[in-house]
Amino acid sequence: MLKYALIPLLPFAGFLIAGLFGKYLKEKAAWFPIAGVVGAFLLSFSAFLDVLGGTVIDENLYSWISIGSFSVNVGIQIDQLTAVMLMVVTTLSSLIHIYSVGYMHGDKGYPRFFAYLALFTFFMLVLVMANNFLVMFVGWEGVGLCSYLLIGFWYEKKSASDAGVKAFVVNRVGDFGFVLAVLLIIATFGTLDFTEVFAAVNTPVADVTYSLFGGEIAVVTLIALLLFLGATGKSAQLPLYVWLPDAMEGPTPVSALIHAATMVTAGVFMVARCAPIFSLSEVAMNTVAIVGALTAVFAATIGLVQNDIKRVIAYSTISQLGYMFLGLGVGAFSAGIFHLTTHAFFKGLLFLASGSVIHALSGEQDMRKMGALKSKIKITHAVFFIGSLALAGIFPFAGFFSKDEILWSAYNSSDLGRVLWVLGVAGAFMTAFYSFRLIYLTFWGKSRVDHEVAHHVHESPKVMTVPLMILAFFSITIGLIGMPGALIPHANWFGNFLAPLFPHAEHAAAESHGLERMLMVFSVLVALAGIRMAYSFYVKSTAIPGKIVEKFQGTYNLLLNKYKVDEIYNYIFVDGLVHKLAKVLHSIGDVKIIDGFINGLAAAIGNTSVQGKKFQTGYVQQYAFAMGAGMVVLVGLYYVLK
Amino acid sequence: MILAWLIIIPLAGGVAAWAAGRKDGHWPRRLSLAALLIDAVLFVVIWRDAATEPALARGTWLAELHLNWIPQFGIGIHLAMDGLSLVLVGLTLFLGMLSILCSWTEIRDRIGFFHANVMAILAGILGVFLSLDLFLFYFFWELMLVPMYFLIAIWGHENRQYASLKFFIFTQAGGLFMLLSILALYFIHHAGTGVYTFDYSLLLGTPLAPMTSLLVMLGFLISFVVKLPMVPFHPWLPDAHTEAPTAGSVILAGLLLKTGAYGIIRFVLPLFPLTAPVIAPAMQAFAVIGILYGALLSFAQTDLKRLVAYTSVSHMGFVLLGIFAMNTTSLQGAVMQMLAHGVSTGALFILVGLVQERMHTRDMERMGGLWSAVPRLSGMALVFGLAALGLPGFGNFVAEFLVLLGTYRMSPATAAIAAAGLVLSAVYALWMVQRAFQGNRRWSGSLPDLSLRETGIMALLVIAIFWLGLYPGRVLDITRPLVSTMQFIPPSANQLDARTGGPAHDRMP
Repeated sequence: MLKYALIPLLPFAGFLIAGLFGKYLKEKAAWFPIAGVVGAFLLSFSAFLDVLGGTVIDENLYSWISIGSFSVNVGIQIDQLTAVMLMVVTTLSSLIHIYSVGYMHGDKGYPRFFAYLALFTFFMLVLVMANNFLVMFVGWEGVGLCSYLLIGFWYEKKSASDAGVKAFVVNRVGDFGFVLAVLLIIATFGTLDFTEVFAAVNTPVADVTYSLFGGEIAVVTLIALLLFLGATGKSAQLPLYVWLPDAMEGPTPVSALIHAATMVTAGVFMVARCAPIFSLSEVAMNTVAIVGALTAVFAATIGLVQNDIKRVIAYSTISQLGYMFLGLGVGAFSAGIFHLTTHAFFKGLLFLASGSVIHALSGEQDMRKMGALKSKIKITHAVFFIGSLALAGIFPFAGFFSKDEILWSAYNSSDLGRVLWVLGVAGAFMTAFYSFRLIYLTFWGKSRVDHEVAHHVHESPKVMTVPLMILAFFSITIGLIGMPGALIPHANWFGNFLAPLFPHAEHAAAESHGLERMLMVFSVLVALAGIRMAYSFYVKSTAIPGKIVEKFQGTYNLLLNKYKVDEIYNYIFVDGLVHKLAKVLHSIGDVKIIDGFINGLAAAIGNTSVQGKKFQTGYVQQYAFAMGAGMVVLVGLYYVLK
Repeated sequence: MILAWLIIIPLAGGVAAWAAGRKDGHWPRRLSLAALLIDAVLFVVIWRDAATEPALARGTWLAELHLNWIPQFGIGIHLAMDGLSLVLVGLTLFLGMLSILCSWTEIRDRIGFFHANVMAILAGILGVFLSLDLFLFYFFWELMLVPMYFLIAIWGHENRQYASLKFFIFTQAGGLFMLLSILALYFIHHAGTGVYTFDYSLLLGTPLAPMTSLLVMLGFLISFVVKLPMVPFHPWLPDAHTEAPTAGSVILAGLLLKTGAYGIIRFVLPLFPLTAPVIAPAMQAFAVIGILYGALLSFAQTDLKRLVAYTSVSHMGFVLLGIFAMNTTSLQGAVMQMLAHGVSTGALFILVGLVQERMHTRDMERMGGLWSAVPRLSGMALVFGLAALGLPGFGNFVAEFLVLLGTYRMSPATAAIAAAGLVLSAVYALWMVQRAFQGNRRWSGSLPDLSLRETGIMALLVIAIFWLGLYPGRVLDITRPLVSTMQFIPPSANQLDARTGGPAHDRMP
């Protein structure tokens, strides 16, 4: 099954060609990454069919680091989880590569863009295909690198380049947790291979406790929490979510591929991959669930008031990732991955569609300068509408099935789960509201478009709209692969497919089906209420939002300023504390104390510095002479004494 | 005898270059390069033997040379090579050639003497890596020093006088402590056995009273940690690196610092097996402070070259940590870090040199937007910036990972704090790329991108760093015998464990 090693290598070849020869290929450079990614898609499909047929691949390619007692290989693993991720990543990546041909047309960094995009795909595939923690870490860091490169793609713009650095540095804080977890895993299990580690977590080997800050903590819990710290960085959860909204500085296809559909889900994937570790620790599971639910609501509140079209979707992404973690945290691993899958399609769609809007408006991203676009860019409006319905969780669009499975699993899990369910439903209401606020502000109502821009409003070329339509199709249909048992018994193909990895009890016992259906209806009604409210605020009586803002000025500003978290972050990292600390350390530690001491010593011993230099320079030459002379003497001695 | 030739050929090449420099500027370069190429051929021969050599498996010398020099004083010419020396000799020849190549257009003044100095330094470094006679070792240790002083003082930048002097005083003072310790060891050995000798293999078992042992060891250690450098003995480094010509910086950072680490591994640990573990915790603390302090300080720099110089302080902290975590894993990591840092920092200094050659400044405030002007050069800066921040795939990652892993087994807390250095390294590396190569142009005019020669240099460095990162097996195999036969007695382990072989405590749980 070595041919599957080509899955990541084909995009890598595309990267090399576009990267090295981009200068000569110009816009033709795009075809090599596209060919590579589409090739990876075809191979992935073949691998998917293999897995469907019952073949699970776990193979080492070569020994990477081997130091006696311990060794790590470079190896690939394709099981059910990887197969799902392969399909998601390669499908989205192919479509977004093709879309970018139109979107990036005319950009002077065109070959570089495609090179980076292909490199990203390579690392993402390495991440999902890894068979041990260290190779996964290679992909993990690699996608972070590409994210950095692509956020700062327009590097001449300071805000873009700042955002890239911010993304990478914040992610590194998470990676710090990942690295410690890896060290802890080696120390405990002596190996990093997924299969070996997961086989050992239930054995006495794992019965180790550490004392930390005065308390005892089981090693499994510690590993899980450290890994989760890594996941909060990559998947933009509290408290490390701050980089994702800024990441919107990157070109829109990047936002779609990396910051919505694939890379940001890496944390979700990693936690699911480590399900055998997480499920052993109630503390870790609850942490995952609580952080997920809180993030889901927190980010949704910010999304309510943002004016930048991409930022709304960005906060929505953070919120939806929160739902995925909520699912994982209550033990519904396959539900979390299911939401990851549906979300990849509809969120990818929303970002690409917003790109189409931005494209139509010559770069405008402020929704206050949009409106009444639905008659001018019809296809974009239609697909946007579909994507928003999916996001809002309206039956039978994709988001409905996956979000509902998560909410139901939360409700069904424990008392804590019910509290989190309430948060989840509240978040769902806000999600529906802000999605349709976006639709109504952008496409409906009166036009607020600038005059010069209004002349040029145009629908995007086919190379962009066709990928949009394909994604729209999936946003409607992909949910059907995970039909809940409460609607049609045994129709949850997705859950069954992943069942070998995440053995979920047939929790949908027949007697609770009634309750499940009731909750479903309830959550759809909640979403419809959100849409209705957005309709009355932004289409019917547009004066209402202004009045509300007036009344709740403080709250509104707090939300608009994103709880001021960015200011705190900037204060510490960007213009502030760290840099000042470094400067102070430099001027006091190095220059004053250490150098001062030495210079003082020199002054005390010899002359003042000016004369000292002359004197001591001469000293060195004398010294060199003495050394030469000494050598002559020694050699002479040798002959004399011989 | 092949070992002697390894040292003689560069020396002879340097002398020839000096002589040729009187007539023509090109011949010194060609002669120096040729000498190093011949050396490289010798190196390849040994390397190929090492692959099949059973000595490697037994942990004895790959090659050895033992001649009398001044037998009356117990001074001999004792050269020997094991896996550790082998890889460091390889690094020396590799970076040596690149230093010659990168000075091809930079140095236009007193070309012959310049190359004589470079070759003398290289010969000195090779001698340090190969000598097993402490007298000879000291001789080569000093041989590195003086020509390096000239290199900085004559071909350096604005503040070269101050920097060269500072460098000289620091390392010379350190060297004197070592000389005292060598002599002390020499006389103590005589007092115990009646034999005067400077020979490493004979001195190895010298019994020392605890206090004496500590003092003698500190003498060695001070000399080595100044060279390494360990915070707070580092202030000579930023000045020397910044003011030196490119070749000087490459050799300083890539090779000279490694002699300090090599000295600790070769001499301090084996000569003082009972005392070294006593100070290990303190040294680990210094190492971790160095990692964080160096990273923070590089963030405070506006001079591009100074920034790179401070990253060395941080990276060499990992070497020190790996050495004093005192197990095979961490030591292998330390050796790996010596190689990876040599390549990656060498590359960064060459790149800074290329920028300075084009812009006549190292001030990042006056750069910006270089990417659009010199994309290949900027791309390379990004690549080696990423190596500096330890991205997986680069040799630096393998090294830092092994050091952290080894340290973790000794002290999880220490490893955790050192790992925080990974966050800081991301800050300074990306900040450097952003300030210098991205953003707005704060300069005018046009600059040429990498020439064919420069592209070739960078290509070699890229291959080397990825080779170390993706396929480190060869190097790890070659250096394993030395580090795994060393006897480590950690303060916590009981004596029984220690006697049954050092790595006993080091096996996987």
